[in-house]
Amino acid sequence: MTVSTTSRGFRPSRRQMLAGSAAAAGAFTFGFTIPAGAQQVGGPEINAWVVVHPDDKVVIRIARSEMGQGTLTGLAQLVAEELNCDWAKVTTEYPTPGQNIARNRVWGNFSTGGSRGIRESHDYVRKGGAAAGMMLIQAAANEWKVPAAECVAEKSVITHKASSRSIRYGQVALAAAKLEAPKDVPLKDPKDWTIAGKPLLRLDTVDKTNGKKIYGMDFKLPGMLNAAIKDCPVFGGKVKSFDAAKVKDMPGVKHVLPVGESAVTVVAETWWQAKTALDALPIEWDEGPNAEVTSESIAAWLKEGLDAPQAVVGNQVGDAKAAIASAARVVEAVYSYPFQNHACMEVMNATALYTPEKCEVWTPTQNGEAALAACAEASGLPLAKNEAYKIDLGGGFGRRGAVQDWVRQVVTIAKQIPGTPVKLIWSREEDMLHGRYHPITQCKLTGAFDKDNNLTGLHMRISGQSIVAGIFPQNIQNGRDPAVFQGLNPSGPEGSIGYGIPNLLIDHAMRNPHVPPGFWRGVNLNQNTIYLESFIDELAHAAGKDPLEFRRGLMKNHPKHLGALNAAAERAGWGKPLPEGVFRGICQTMGFGSYVAAVAEVSVNPEGKLTIHRIVAATDPGHAVNPAQIERQVEGSFVYGLSAALYGEITIKGGRVEQENFDTYEVMRLEAMPKVETVIVPSGGFWGGVGEPTIAVAAPAVLNAIFAATGKRIRSLPLKHADLRKA
Amino acid sequence: MAKLNVNGQALDVTVDGDTPLLWVIREQIGLTGTKYGCGVAQCGACTVHIDGVATRSCSLPVSAVTAEQRIVTIEGLSPDGSHPVQQAWIKHDVPQCGFCQSGMIMAAAALLQSNPKPTEADIASEMTNICRCGTYVRVKAAILDVASGGQLGRG
Repeated sequence: MTVSTTSRGFRPSRRQMLAGSAAAAGAFTFGFTIPAGAQQVGGPEINAWVVVHPDDKVVIRIARSEMGQGTLTGLAQLVAEELNCDWAKVTTEYPTPGQNIARNRVWGNFSTGGSRGIRESHDYVRKGGAAAGMMLIQAAANEWKVPAAECVAEKSVITHKASSRSIRYGQVALAAAKLEAPKDVPLKDPKDWTIAGKPLLRLDTVDKTNGKKIYGMDFKLPGMLNAAIKDCPVFGGKVKSFDAAKVKDMPGVKHVLPVGESAVTVVAETWWQAKTALDALPIEWDEGPNAEVTSESIAAWLKEGLDAPQAVVGNQVGDAKAAIASAARVVEAVYSYPFQNHACMEVMNATALYTPEKCEVWTPTQNGEAALAACAEASGLPLAKNEAYKIDLGGGFGRRGAVQDWVRQVVTIAKQIPGTPVKLIWSREEDMLHGRYHPITQCKLTGAFDKDNNLTGLHMRISGQSIVAGIFPQNIQNGRDPAVFQGLNPSGPEGSIGYGIPNLLIDHAMRNPHVPPGFWRGVNLNQNTIYLESFIDELAHAAGKDPLEFRRGLMKNHPKHLGALNAAAERAGWGKPLPEGVFRGICQTMGFGSYVAAVAEVSVNPEGKLTIHRIVAATDPGHAVNPAQIERQVEGSFVYGLSAALYGEITIKGGRVEQENFDTYEVMRLEAMPKVETVIVPSGGFWGGVGEPTIAVAAPAVLNAIFAATGKRIRSLPLKHADLRKA
Repeated sequence: MAKLNVNGQALDVTVDGDTPLLWVIREQIGLTGTKYGCGVAQCGACTVHIDGVATRSCSLPVSAVTAEQRIVTIEGLSPDGSHPVQQAWIKHDVPQCGFCQSGMIMAAAALLQSNPKPTEADIASEMTNICRCGTYVRVKAAILDVASGGQLGRG
């Protein structure tokens, strides 16, 4: 059984309700059936990706999660393009992770992160649409007894010109569903696209304007209780004891329970009652071995790594150390980047129902299969007796992907109250204290010039945290975290460096504090681009060259990087006069398969107040599937990236996070938002992501503009700590 | 027990008087369009109108609201999504994840009601709701679009 995601939001279908009401012993369970092919409620499944109803409504199945990035719309455009269906009649739905496993993973990867939705599934989703289209045409041809090659389809209508006959998709869907899937499935040339590549409106907007859309936090089941949770605020600590008797008679309270070794929950009739009782519950923590750690102690440890003899090499050309040793002039700088919380607007939450026969979980997740795995792990039931249902996310940004800690928690709670559905909602404070934070790093950069002012060498030493070591330690090989060099690699789609420097060394001294790291929108490209692009600016300044010209001089063998840089520079009018007091900064990078660049225009008043007036951002994602949504992703990237640059900082004291809410963890609001001009320059031949790459150019463009405005080089973020008064 | 007027309906609600209005709306009344984001009146996801004024309901005890005060939630802004702000939001494709947008729309509707022709500076100072996806550019464009149509205002 699938659940509808478009237009109505997630809610149990009538069929699910009926299955539930028939369940034995009063327990409310959802039916779970595998889509059986041709005979489904509503309309037949032509193949795994496409269902066509008699009235021509087309339901397109989407495996990736919608969290605001528009993937439901973009992926549906690709399927619809090849299907030649009527876009006005397209809706989408999620298959469940359990169905994916039962059907031999016919929908591929559910993981939604790394800006991979389109760039990693464009081929098979388009083939799904094309194959379904071929089957529908074949069904019409069979009925007319003409060769399929003589029939064409457009907007869900199949026409046989020679005999002037036409028929709608909905009329042949049943027959098409019984046909064998074609083996050879040709795809259109993107230049012939009429649905994909167009700036279409999203499919899922209306219910987001009237309160009807159901998020995980809004999800309800009959008889459901609500849970609030507190995990030990010091990472690695445990619960020593809690005094349930103190709160068990408070209004609505049903249960006070341990959750694993480190957390306590109060389960009550309403969430507010649960939270109120939890706040009143005396809990003693065993804070464990990390109770003395502070931001200062972490910084000192990372600083030591900047000069440590041991480091893993990520990119090496020639002999950078020798070039530095023999340089006519050396430029050196140390940068740092703090922990950041994702701070999704919707806090972590999930609903679970456990019985000894089955465990089900409903949750906003970036990876339905990971949620299912977490459910199975916590329930202890065989995988086939678990199911996870995805709900659209109120923000994800990487927090709801690789780690499904809240799913494990809710199932651990549900298992203690079998037969009773329970919804766990974190408080904002819990969400701040138990994030999976943007990794903390420092970076020392050393550049070498010869006597003629040519850059002859660069050593970039990164010291600090590895996300992969924290989340997938099995993927660390010989001490190397490959993701740490995002944007700095010699080649490859995940982020290659755009400069040709004769002697280059980029290495990483891993230092993993106890604060858990996570994939945070933009991941390691964020700080790597700040480090490299700020320092390239420093080198340009040291060489007495224009920052754009200096970059161009190093980019002769990197035409795609250069193409994005030039596109941003040209639109911004680099070199042309600006209003008095306004200054520009420029930068570029490559990651998540795409080439991006930005120019920022800023002013700094005599009191040191920064105003960002205008951002020009260029992006080359190869193919642009929906330019209107790319614009929105780029604009959003600057909110995320500039929030981090201006305010974002999680600090540690006593082993725990100090910030608990938006009053101390500030984020960007409308008032600080600059004008953003998006330049989309798809050069074709590859597929890049658009949700993340431009985040990385937000901060360095602004930092370089601040230097132009003030002569101050800010090397430590966030900017709220910096004194920007003119030097 | 609280007596409330929500979206034009007089309601008797059994609830502790300290409970924030947000949670009464969500859990007792069952209207979930109004969101919890922070609980400390920082983010505005919980914005409702009380007698036409945009109010952050997460930090207002239900006991502070009288039976005569008219509470309007996103569900009651218009019967059919036809409010000019809702229509502008659709036209400009404003929402991304959408979670903050109920509050954003309620804040925008109240702003335009009291100031039908806001300047960009008015919008910047009045629209203080947090959006993490980053819809601010479109929020501003949609508000300016409604303002140019002159469909809202006192009178």
